[in-house]
Amino acid sequence: MTAEILIQSLVFGIFVGALYGLAAAGLSLVFGVMKMLNVAHGELLMLGGYATFYLFSLCDLDPFLSLVIAGPILFLIGILLFKGLFSFLARLDEENKIKNSLLVGFGISLVLHNLAILLFTADERSVTPTYAGAGFELFAIQFPYIRVGGLLLSILLMYSMHLFLNKTYFGKAIRATTENWQAATLMGINIEKTYLISFALGTALAGIAGTIVSVGYAIHPAMGMEWTIKALIVIVLAGLGNIGGAFIAGVFLGAIESVSALFVGAYMEVVGLVIFLMVLELRPQGLFGR
Amino acid sequence: MLEVGSIDVSYGDLQALWGISFNVQEREIVVLIGPNGAGKTTILRTLSGLLRPTAGRIVFLNRPLDKTSPYKIVELGLCHVPEGRALFPGMSVLENLELGAYVREARKVREESFSFVFEILPILNHRSNQLAGTLSGGEQQMLAIGRGLMSKPKLLLLDEPSWGLSPLLSKTIFEVIGQVNHSGVTILLVEQNVQMALGLGNRAYVIENGRMVRAGDTKDLLHDEQIKDAYLGSG
Repeated sequence: MTAEILIQSLVFGIFVGALYGLAAAGLSLVFGVMKMLNVAHGELLMLGGYATFYLFSLCDLDPFLSLVIAGPILFLIGILLFKGLFSFLARLDEENKIKNSLLVGFGISLVLHNLAILLFTADERSVTPTYAGAGFELFAIQFPYIRVGGLLLSILLMYSMHLFLNKTYFGKAIRATTENWQAATLMGINIEKTYLISFALGTALAGIAGTIVSVGYAIHPAMGMEWTIKALIVIVLAGLGNIGGAFIAGVFLGAIESVSALFVGAYMEVVGLVIFLMVLELRPQGLFGR
Repeated sequence: MLEVGSIDVSYGDLQALWGISFNVQEREIVVLIGPNGAGKTTILRTLSGLLRPTAGRIVFLNRPLDKTSPYKIVELGLCHVPEGRALFPGMSVLENLELGAYVREARKVREESFSFVFEILPILNHRSNQLAGTLSGGEQQMLAIGRGLMSKPKLLLLDEPSWGLSPLLSKTIFEVIGQVNHSGVTILLVEQNVQMALGLGNRAYVIENGRMVRAGDTKDLLHDEQIKDAYLGSG
């Protein structure tokens, strides 16, 4: 066990953690605004991955460039899903809202999962651009271009989200809706519109996370639930309603998993979960919760 | 300015208001008083669009309101400051005020509105970067009113602005309300503090058990025996 191996692990952990964080941020946005958990979030991530894969294999489009298409596609899918299904759910009372949104979410998850098997086959896919294996070295630590690109993209996206939510009027309206939707209505904020845009943005974030996953890792139709659960753990770890915190918590979880893999191998996720439980025990509102 | 014609309002299957009718003229301060649970808040929530009447009509500035979305109602110039303040606790005082001016017309004149609000409620200027959730009760009430003013309302609905405040703070709040009215804003006030409310208002309506039972000029009601017994007790 050398310092290099440890740091290399940490670095890789941060790379994958950024993806956890990105996926979690999208889920956190939707949950914070609509107070509804979209359990099909992981499937939306998968769709983003497949969009990138097909844009790459059919049109030879570089995955990082295909984001420009994949992002908006997922945003549109989000709008359709919201208008078609979730907008009705958002207006229900608390109990029915929770029950029905879980039901609908699981339904969508099943449909998308099986549709993916039908359309894309159950094989694992990966996007391998020409620079796939290349990278640079710093202090004997490897930094693959793809992973670094993914990390930078994630950070850029989160920063854009931060600017949007804190410096634009509509972004503030979204935060206000998260805090108190009735008061937000009384300010003249169109709640239906904030729900719609938040849901679509959350979906787009998931899709972009999926894009990065398809490049650095592999995608397959069953990956949805795995990612939904990971995102869920991260948002609870961060504290519900904190989108920036969700990203940081994601990076944190990724780092812990990766480093502990050195010591406990395949049980790395267990370590992550144990830490998660410990944090909840000591600080139930989450790392950044109020 | 506001004409409410015989509205019935229910919460699901539970009827809360029966045939409520009243009106508010421009530049007035109209007060709604009555015991807890009588339906005063229900009336305000129906006016601002959070609830819909099952019967009757609401007309504001010659437009029917009963089917209008809450956010459009704010755009028309009717602003509801709910009971319990309903601020955005995780956002700063400044952000809360900014959101008050969300509607397009109000957004254009935001700077002017800030000046006006800071003039009558200077404490908000001092605390502008503080999180709304960390303010004291009185300050939160002032923020709620300030936020309402930012929307440049023609009619301001205030739900129990003195709730939970000391007598001294209540007096200050009522003075502020008076100033606001003076600047041209019509006020519909729901209050538990009947003495002060009747002292401030022009006309009042008494609501009991979801029905309108009395109406009149505040001067008359202040000296009315029944009102005195029921609401002006030893206070």
